[in-house]
Amino acid sequence: MPVPVTISVNGRAVSDTVEPRVTLVDFLRDRLGLTGTHVGCEQGVCGACSVLLDGVPVRSCLLFAVQAGNRSVTTVEGLDDAILLDAFEETHAMQCGYCTPGMLIAARGLLSDTPDPSEDDIREAISGTLCRCTGYVQIVEAIALAATRLRQDERHG
Amino acid sequence: MADPARFISTRRRVREDRRFVTGTGRFVADIRLPDALHAAVVTSPHPAARIVSIDTRAALASEGVEEVLVGTGLPDLVDPIPNALDTPGIRCYPLAGDTVRYVGEWVAVVVARTRALAEDAAELVDIRYRALPFVVDAEAALDPSSPPVHPAHGSNLLYRRLFSWGPVEADFGAAPHHLGFELAWGRSATVPIETFGVVARWDAGRDLLDIWASIQMPSFAEQVASCLRLDLNQVRVHYDVDVGGSYGVKRGLKHTVVAGLLARRTGRPVRLIEDRLENMAGGDMHGPERRFRVAVAFDDDGMIRSLKLRALEDVGAQSGRAPLQLGKPVSAIVGAYRIGSVAYEAICVSTNKTGQTAVRGFGMAPTNLALETALDRVARHLGKSRFAVRRTNMIRAYQFPYRIPSGSAYDSGDYHAVLAKACGLAGLDRLLARRTAARAEGRVVGIGIATCLEPSGGNSSFEALLNPKNTTTTWPESCVIKVDRTGLVTASIATSTSGQGHETLTATVIGEELGIDPDRIRVLHADTLSAMPGNTPVASRMAIMLGGAATGAAGRIRDRALAIGAHLLGHAPGEVRWSDGAAVAPDGRRLSLGEIALVAHREYHRLPPGVTEPGLQATHVYQVPTGGTLPDADGRGQMYPCYSFAAHLVYAEIDRLTGTVSLADYVIAHDCGTVINPEIVRGMVIGGAAHGIGAALYEEFAYDGQGQFLSGTLADYVMPTAHEVPDIRVVEHCTPSPLTSHGQKGVGEGGYLGAPAAVASAVNDALAPFGIACLELPMRAGTLSDLLATATEQP
Amino acid sequence: MKAAPFEYVRPASLADALELLAEPGPETRIIAGGQSLVPMMAMRLARPGRLVDIAGLDALAGIGRGDGGIVVGAATVQAEAERSPLLAAEAPLLAAALPHVGHVQTRNRGTIGGSVAHCDPAAEILLAALAMRAEVELASVRGPRRLALRDFAVGAMMTAAEDDEMLVRVLLPARPAGLAIGAAVREVSARAGDFAVLAAAAEIGLDEDGVCRHLRLAVGGASPVPVTAEAAERALLGTRADTDAVREATRLVAPLLEPWDDQRASASYRRRVAPGLLARALETAAERARSPEE
Repeated sequence: MPVPVTISVNGRAVSDTVEPRVTLVDFLRDRLGLTGTHVGCEQGVCGACSVLLDGVPVRSCLLFAVQAGNRSVTTVEGLDDAILLDAFEETHAMQCGYCTPGMLIAARGLLSDTPDPSEDDIREAISGTLCRCTGYVQIVEAIALAATRLRQDERHG
Repeated sequence: MADPARFISTRRRVREDRRFVTGTGRFVADIRLPDALHAAVVTSPHPAARIVSIDTRAALASEGVEEVLVGTGLPDLVDPIPNALDTPGIRCYPLAGDTVRYVGEWVAVVVARTRALAEDAAELVDIRYRALPFVVDAEAALDPSSPPVHPAHGSNLLYRRLFSWGPVEADFGAAPHHLGFELAWGRSATVPIETFGVVARWDAGRDLLDIWASIQMPSFAEQVASCLRLDLNQVRVHYDVDVGGSYGVKRGLKHTVVAGLLARRTGRPVRLIEDRLENMAGGDMHGPERRFRVAVAFDDDGMIRSLKLRALEDVGAQSGRAPLQLGKPVSAIVGAYRIGSVAYEAICVSTNKTGQTAVRGFGMAPTNLALETALDRVARHLGKSRFAVRRTNMIRAYQFPYRIPSGSAYDSGDYHAVLAKACGLAGLDRLLARRTAARAEGRVVGIGIATCLEPSGGNSSFEALLNPKNTTTTWPESCVIKVDRTGLVTASIATSTSGQGHETLTATVIGEELGIDPDRIRVLHADTLSAMPGNTPVASRMAIMLGGAATGAAGRIRDRALAIGAHLLGHAPGEVRWSDGAAVAPDGRRLSLGEIALVAHREYHRLPPGVTEPGLQATHVYQVPTGGTLPDADGRGQMYPCYSFAAHLVYAEIDRLTGTVSLADYVIAHDCGTVINPEIVRGMVIGGAAHGIGAALYEEFAYDGQGQFLSGTLADYVMPTAHEVPDIRVVEHCTPSPLTSHGQKGVGEGGYLGAPAAVASAVNDALAPFGIACLELPMRAGTLSDLLATATEQP
Repeated sequence: MKAAPFEYVRPASLADALELLAEPGPETRIIAGGQSLVPMMAMRLARPGRLVDIAGLDALAGIGRGDGGIVVGAATVQAEAERSPLLAAEAPLLAAALPHVGHVQTRNRGTIGGSVAHCDPAAEILLAALAMRAEVELASVRGPRRLALRDFAVGAMMTAAEDDEMLVRVLLPARPAGLAIGAAVREVSARAGDFAVLAAAAEIGLDEDGVCRHLRLAVGGASPVPVTAEAAERALLGTRADTDAVREATRLVAPLLEPWDDQRASASYRRRVAPGLLARALETAAERARSPEE
């Protein structure tokens, strides 16, 4: 039986009725057309579906949309984070792009907590997100680069 | 005189990345068609069983269900999935008919208004089975009395041929030393994070089947049309779909046949997007599972005179294209080494396991593991350095082009220089000292070394090698370029892309040839009906083949523009040169591509005599360099034009208690000729190595003795995370290929070809002081711990 | 992989939640973080008719002092526990276990109580809590009850909770006063962040002479419920827990194990490696106790 739910998605309140069994990722993709968040395993292993829930990374396949009611969700489409995105481009931190939204969300979560992360911190932060293309090296570089630039930006801005 | 390269080999951004970081890639699951139906699959729980009955009534009555397709009667509607081998007794359809042959095989497909409703109904399909005898072990399958997976074929032996190139027995007789060993490569694959998916729409008004798919395979549209008994020009496969990783395996032919059939029957678009369970068990994307028997004959200095290699491949229950993976290794059967003669026995059997498909390197990675293990064991046998033995055996730089016993000529290389770069970057002396010190502390540490050849730019001659009925001798790639009246360039390519950066490749090469900014060149992915011939990014071929096609088309544009420009500047064509995107007269006057294009499009009266075609456009269909011939009766022939090379060096420590392996100081020196985009190349090399680390230590599609599949999820099939893949440093070397447009060679596979052998080499170096060895992949912690526990005495 | 249909309820209070659990009708499951339940539902290995979402209930949240120890609300999110200075100071073994639990994305959703109630034999939170001799408080419309965690965790994925009962609090005993405490969790897993193949937890308290006065040892992943290594604890109490003594004592855990073969490791591997892993955990814990600034 569909139930009403209101979620703030990328800063916009979305109200809809939804079957309880619809996961947050399916809600984002199928109802809202936000296809930037990807589905890889639907059991919480690959991390491709990661989004920010009230600012922290979670797996949107392990959350029914109704559970996100009255909470705030940020997807890759809503990542207002030019420095981070630019760093991913600069180091070519992707190939096929499928895990990229999950990596960006993981990176955002890390950098919000840890502005000056070590390589180990970065690897730990992205260890819940599988990438099959890159071997992670250029992703680690991108996040380190973004961290440096964000710190500089903080100082100068 | 051409200008010096400005875009090729320079560090430039990869244009595809922008859409991925902004979440605006377009993957197959993102394609939304109104009124689409969603498919879910019902699969076999048995490794082998007779289907006694299927009752679909409850499923059909379930909410939102439009259709339930079963295998009975399917042969009236579609043709079987093609076999690459000449095995007419094997007829595989997308759905099982009266027999299931592996756990996970598709038995029925439900289409409904949503995927969830389709899954609800799939549970209601009532299937009765009667279990049949099965076989899941390759050696057992070789026994003629084993239960045949395909009774009409007569046995489980799909292919067996003993190739002999050179005086093998004489060389063995003459050599002072011999050794032999057995080795097993476990069943693994590339397992992209995106599963396979397809969306099919039957357009009745146009009599046309539109396909959007997460696809990476040659002849896809041809095979879909053939299976569906449609004319080839009734099928349009759209290439403008981002493919979420493939590395060989995205070949969902049966999926597409089912989706196409259902789209036509229901009159509605059908989405068949595998979920992870469907993908792992029944997606038919497992990779090689191979057992080797290796024997080598060698001299006192470690020089290997002759090699005997027996490879037994277990392709599972479907024949498909997988057996051909025994063919590609022939193209570099001696690796980087001057081995004079080779006996290669290639055997392929069927078992009651999931079907296999092409995996990165197309069968080369297991064979390279066997060869490199042989090198290590020769060195150990003689008490020599594994590096020295490799240097002794490696082909000398002055010997190129170098023809190997199985017939292929390697185009170029400097293997000693590359190996030296790897040792230098790793600091080999320092690593050796570290190993000594760590061993003195009782730690279990080793250094791994492996080299690998990466045959690239493939033609299809392995098809003819394993199946003489296949007479294909060209595997072209194409590029279409048009310059619009404003002088802007749009190129069209004949493939989808799964991370290789083909748009960047194409734009870079065209920019280079025309002297214009690559970032202003648009690159489109055509569809199969509008595209010129192409064979998709398999066989490490696109830098060579698409690079060659784009270069050729751009060259035609430039020649044409020069001819027009010279005429407009009042010169003979030979007097004007092309520079910075303009025709330049001897006195320095210039006409830009835009000015020339405007004339070409609009002012026919100003075109030079002989130029009769308005506009400025060109097509180039590029033949594989050195292609065009069939193998000879002994199976000799030129299989690939270009041979990249890499050396991997890695330091490993095995936790003596737990058996866990950790890797450090991983370096790769590689030579893929001219690098077109350095960041793409580095990513390919490292990513391939990461994938090889997975195959070496973690990944396996496991079956138990009852034929049950144990690796159905990403929790059970263990792929490396950022914790398991170490920092990998890369150094390049460049011996340009004499055969390609800019000296480039392929690079998509080499990381994966070298890493399993290097990691295995490191593990076995760590185990060597204990007098033990691990000769099966993946080298699990449990196995290594058990081995170390039994080797109680330290030497 | 879509869950079978179910009804979803988000009660406003614990009392309402308990009422729902007591109602006859479809199989009702509690969901908080859902990090174990949702995958099972997606694979249709679990198909509750109704989910009662307790994630927002204040009565179940938070970490505080009480009952002579530390009280952790069942719905406390693991990431919150990981950041808790109180937990780090007063329940260092549980704090040491948390970084091993899944990944940051799952710890941002998964709860302490959810992990304990899931009762996975290899789960690190359960392991640490059992080692610490934790108690749990259950609630139902029939009233609360309190029992030792070892009596709650009765088997692999099996607890002593009745269908109408909810785990509401985990009660951790206070750390002993006047001792230098060190705690560590070591595990073997197929890859970092995976479910442990084998896990060991150790907490040690040393007096000012470096003599071991407090010890909590347990091994997970080698029996249906993690085992506490009481014989090893007894053997080491009153000693300085030097390397040889630790090696000797941790061997005493082996007979308690009931290991099995699976795809990740053999029973013999688990039996052989468990004592050594426990010794490592204990050695790390002892190092931390000796140099607490780390």
